[in-house]
Amino acid sequence: MQAKNTLGLILFPAFDWAISPTHPEREERLLYTQDQLLEEGIEDVEGIEFHNPAIALDKDINRVHFCYPDAKTLLTESHYIASGGVMKAFDLVLGGTTDKSFALVRPPGHHAQRVVYGDRGFCIANIEAVGLEYARQKYGDMRVAIVDTDCHHGDGTQDIYWNDPDTLFISFHQDGSTLYPGTGFVDELGGPGAYGCNINIPLPPNTGDQGFQYVLEHTVLTILSEYKPDLIINSAGQDNHYTDPLTNMNFSAQGYAALNHSLNPDIGVLEGGYSIQGALPYVNTGIVLAMAGLDYSGVYEPDYHLGKWKQSDKVTKQVEEIAEAVYQLWQKRKELGARKFGGQKSVKRQRRVYYDTAGIMESQVQEFKVCRNCPGVNSIISQNDQGAKIMGITVPRQACPSCQREGYRLFSEANKAHYNQIYLQDQSKDQYQVRIPTRR
Amino acid sequence: MLIAGIDMGGTNIDGVIIRNGSLHKAVKHQVNHDDVLHSILACLQDLLRDVDEGNLERINLSTTVCTNAIVEDKVSQVGLILQQGPGLQWQFDRMGDYLRYLSGSVDHRGKLVRSIDKEELEQVRQEFSDSPIEAIAVVSKFSPRNPTVEEQVHQLFADAYEHITLGNSISGRLNFPRRVETSYLNAATYKTFNAFADHMRKALSEKQIKAPVYILKADGGTIDLEGAAAKPVETILSGPAASCMGMRALLSPDNSDSCLLDVGGTTTDIFFLVDGVPVFEPQGIEIDRRKTLVRAIYSVSIGLGGDSHVRFVEGDLQIGPERLGNAVAFGGEEITPTDALVYLGAMEGQYPDKSHQALKRVAGQEGIMPGELALTIVAKMCSMIKNRIGDSLRKINSSPVYTIKELLEDRVVKPGSIGIIGGSAKALAPYLEESLSLPVNCPEYFAVANAIGAALAKPTVEINLFADTEREIMSISELGVYEKIDKNFDLAEAKRIALAKTREAGRALGLDEIQSEAEIVEAGSFNMVHGYLGADKNIRVKAQIKPGLLTGDR
Ligand SMILES: [Zn+2]
Ligand SMILES: [Zn+2]
Repeated sequence: MQAKNTLGLILFPAFDWAISPTHPEREERLLYTQDQLLEEGIEDVEGIEFHNPAIALDKDINRVHFCYPDAKTLLTESHYIASGGVMKAFDLVLGGTTDKSFALVRPPGHHAQRVVYGDRGFCIANIEAVGLEYARQKYGDMRVAIVDTDCHHGDGTQDIYWNDPDTLFISFHQDGSTLYPGTGFVDELGGPGAYGCNINIPLPPNTGDQGFQYVLEHTVLTILSEYKPDLIINSAGQDNHYTDPLTNMNFSAQGYAALNHSLNPDIGVLEGGYSIQGALPYVNTGIVLAMAGLDYSGVYEPDYHLGKWKQSDKVTKQVEEIAEAVYQLWQKRKELGARKFGGQKSVKRQRRVYYDTAGIMESQVQEFKVCRNCPGVNSIISQNDQGAKIMGITVPRQACPSCQREGYRLFSEANKAHYNQIYLQDQSKDQYQVRIPTRR
Repeated sequence: MLIAGIDMGGTNIDGVIIRNGSLHKAVKHQVNHDDVLHSILACLQDLLRDVDEGNLERINLSTTVCTNAIVEDKVSQVGLILQQGPGLQWQFDRMGDYLRYLSGSVDHRGKLVRSIDKEELEQVRQEFSDSPIEAIAVVSKFSPRNPTVEEQVHQLFADAYEHITLGNSISGRLNFPRRVETSYLNAATYKTFNAFADHMRKALSEKQIKAPVYILKADGGTIDLEGAAAKPVETILSGPAASCMGMRALLSPDNSDSCLLDVGGTTTDIFFLVDGVPVFEPQGIEIDRRKTLVRAIYSVSIGLGGDSHVRFVEGDLQIGPERLGNAVAFGGEEITPTDALVYLGAMEGQYPDKSHQALKRVAGQEGIMPGELALTIVAKMCSMIKNRIGDSLRKINSSPVYTIKELLEDRVVKPGSIGIIGGSAKALAPYLEESLSLPVNCPEYFAVANAIGAALAKPTVEINLFADTEREIMSISELGVYEKIDKNFDLAEAKRIALAKTREAGRALGLDEIQSEAEIVEAGSFNMVHGYLGADKNIRVKAQIKPGLLTGDR
C-alpha cells in the first residue's frame, strides 16, 4: 500500500506521564490509538514514516509565552516533548522530508495563552504556537492558517495570534455559552493589527457530520481561498465526537476524516479528545489515512451506523445561520476594523482568565499600539490572585523600527517596583529577556 | 558433549561438530536442491563418521526448506479466511485463489463487536470443499486480544483439513496485514516442511541417532523439530542469523556495541550488536516481498563483495552490485576488489600476474597509476560499507520510543569495534580500520562460521502477555493462553507469570536452568478509568529468552 502524500507521524503517547492517575490526561490516553494504528499496519504503508519528537528548549517556549515564574517551573518534561513533537512536525514538512505531518502528542496546548501561570484546560504550553514560531524563525516568515477543530474554543491560540495578520485562526467549537472555556463568539475578531484574522464558529450542541462539513465548505474553505495561506495547520482536537464524555457534539470518525480530507492541511496536531476508547483510535486512524491520501471509508466506530447521528433540522438551520454570519463578518472585516479602531493611537483589551486545572484567577490589561507600518508593539500587565504581578512586552515578528525601539523603551522604563517580573519578547530579533527586580 | 551444526546455503552445505565448546570437525558438501533431505543426511553421515553418536547432544540445523518453497512458489494452496473488520482495507492479492472475508469484528480492547455469521461461514466451507486447498489460515483483526473468532472457524473446519493456522498463534504483536501474510506462509509451507520433518525423523531413527533436532530461526535462536513442524514459517531466512551467530561465537565480542560484517563474493551482510545482543528487525522479516511477523536479526545486505564488478562510467569508479565472475586473480576476466587487494599485496591470488596486468590495463585507460587505482578501489569499497553502516545506525537510532524516560535517555547505538569474516576479510581489515576509525577484528578460522553459528545457537522464546481486568482476561498468544483472571490481577503478577511461562517454554525446548533465564523486555500497566470512578487495569508484558550461544555465552 502506497500513500499518495508522504506523511510523517510523530506518535508519542508518553506512557509514563499523567496529570494524575485518574485524570483524563493520563498514560492510557493514546494506548488504544497506538494499538489501532499498529494493528492496521500503518507502519507498513509506503510513504508513512514514524518519527520521535524533538524536545523544546526554554527559548522555544519563551518565544510564545510569558511564563511566571518561568518555563522550567511550570512545564513538565511532557510539555517540552509535546511542543518538540510539533516542532518536529514543522521540520518534517518545511525541511522537505515529508509532504505532511501529524503530531499525535500529549498533553494538548490550545488553551495556553500568552501569559502562563499554570495549567488551563490541561494545557500549559501552546504546542502549535511553539512549533509555528520555531518554524518561522528557522524557515522564514509565512502566512499560516490554523484551523482548530477541537470542541472547545481554542482560546489560547486566539490570544497568542490575536494581533497577528499573518496567522489566520479559525476555531470550530461548541458554543461558549454551553461549554468551557466560555469564549469564542463570532464578534471576537482580533486586535487592531489583525482585525478579522480571528474567526470563531460557535456551533450548537448536537451538531453532526453534516453541520461540520457545511461550515467547512460554506465558510472555512471560502475564507481560506481568499486568505491564501502558505501553510494550513489543523488543531485536531477530537472531542466533537459523539462519545466524548466532556462535550455534547455528534461528530464521527468519518466526519473527522472527511473534514481533514477537504481541509487538506499540511500539518495536523492532536489537541483534546478524551473518549480514548470509543473515539480516538478511530478518529486518529481516519485522520492519518485522510492525510496520507488513502481510502478512509472503512474507518468507523463499533457503534456507528449511518443516520444514527443525523442532526435535527433545527440544528442544521442554526449552523447555516452561523456559517453565513461568520462569512459576512469576514467580508466586512476591513470596514468593521476601521470603524472600531479608526483614529486610535492604542487599543486596550481587559480580561479575566481562569486557570481551571491550576485554580488561579488572572486579570490582565493588554495594550496594542496602533501602527501604520506593522501590527504594532503590545504589552500586557497581568496579576493573579496568588499575588503575582507581571508586565510583558511583545515586539512582533513584523515590527517596524519604531515599534522595536518602543518595545525596548517600555522594557527598560517599566517601574521595577510594581512587578514581580518584566518580560521582553522580541520576536523580530528572536531575543527574549526577563528583568527580575532584586528584593529588598 | 558433542553438538552437530549444519548450515544449508545456496551451493554448499556445511557441517561442524562442536566438542566441549570448540570446533572438532568440519565438512563441506554440495547441496542437491532437488533432494534437500538427502544432502543433509549425507552431510550428517560424514560428520558422524568416527564420532561416538551416543555423545551427540543435539543436531542444530539451518535449513532452506521453507525459504525455497516460498521463493520458488512451490507452496500449498491455502484457503485464507479473514475478518478484516472496520479500518484500513488492505488488498491481499498474492494469496492464491481461495481468499474469503467474513463479516463481524472485534475491537481494540478485544470486545466482540459483531459475531461471525454461521451461514456465511458454511458457504465458505462449501466453496472450499471442492478445491485443491491443502491447508487453511484464519486471521481476524485484533485476534491477539480475542482469538474467539479464529477458534470458531477452526472448529468448523477442523474435520476437513489436516492443518489450520490461526493468526493469534503466530504472534501476540499487533499488525493485521503482517499476521495475514505470516499465517498464509505458515499454512502454505506446512505440508512441505512436515514431509521434510517426517523423513528426517525416519532417517535418524533408522540410523539410531537419538539426539534431538533443532531448527535455526531468523532471530538467531532455535526451535525444536516439533515446534518447527507446527510453525514452519519460523524457519525462513535463517541464513543471515547463522552468519551473525557464527561471528558472535568466533569473535566473542564483549557486552558493548559492535558491528559485524560478512563480506562474501557478491554481497556484504551487516549486523549490529547492542550490549552484545543482536539488534532485531523492528517488526519482522520480509520474504518474497511479503512482510511478516517472524522475528529476525536485523541485517542489511549490500551488493558489494570481493568479486563485485569494478568499472569506470564516464570517469566515475563503480563497484557492484553485479558480479560477473571470479576475480582475475582467481581465473576471472574482469577486475574486482579482490584484484585490488592482490595488487596491494594484502592477499594472495592464484594468478597474480594476470591480475596485475588487468589492473594496469584499466588504470592505463583512466590515466592513473595502477597502485593509485588499487587504493581507490579499496577506499571506495570501504566508504560504501561505511556509508551503509551509517545509514543503518541512523535508522536504528531513530526507532520510535513511547516513554519520556526512553526519549530522554536517548540510547544511541555506537559500535566500538567491527568484526569481519569472509574471503577478503583479513585483507580488507586494515583498510576498513582506517576508514571507520574503529578496531576491526577478523577471526582466524571462519570458513564454516555459519555452521558454527547454527551449532551453537540456543532456543529462544518471545511472548506477549496481555491482561485486561475489566474483561477479566489474560492472553499469551504465542503459547495459546487465553484465560480468566480476577479483578485484582496486577503488573507484578503479570510479570511473574510472563517470566515463569517463558522459562517453562525454554525448559520444554531443552534449555537448562541457567540457559532458560528469561527477561522482561517491556512492561506497562494502564489505569482504565470509567468516568472518574474505579480503575481497572490494562497490562502488557513482553518477555523473552534472548538469543545466545549454548556454550561459553555470557
Ligand atoms: Zn477540547
Ligand atoms: Zn510599527
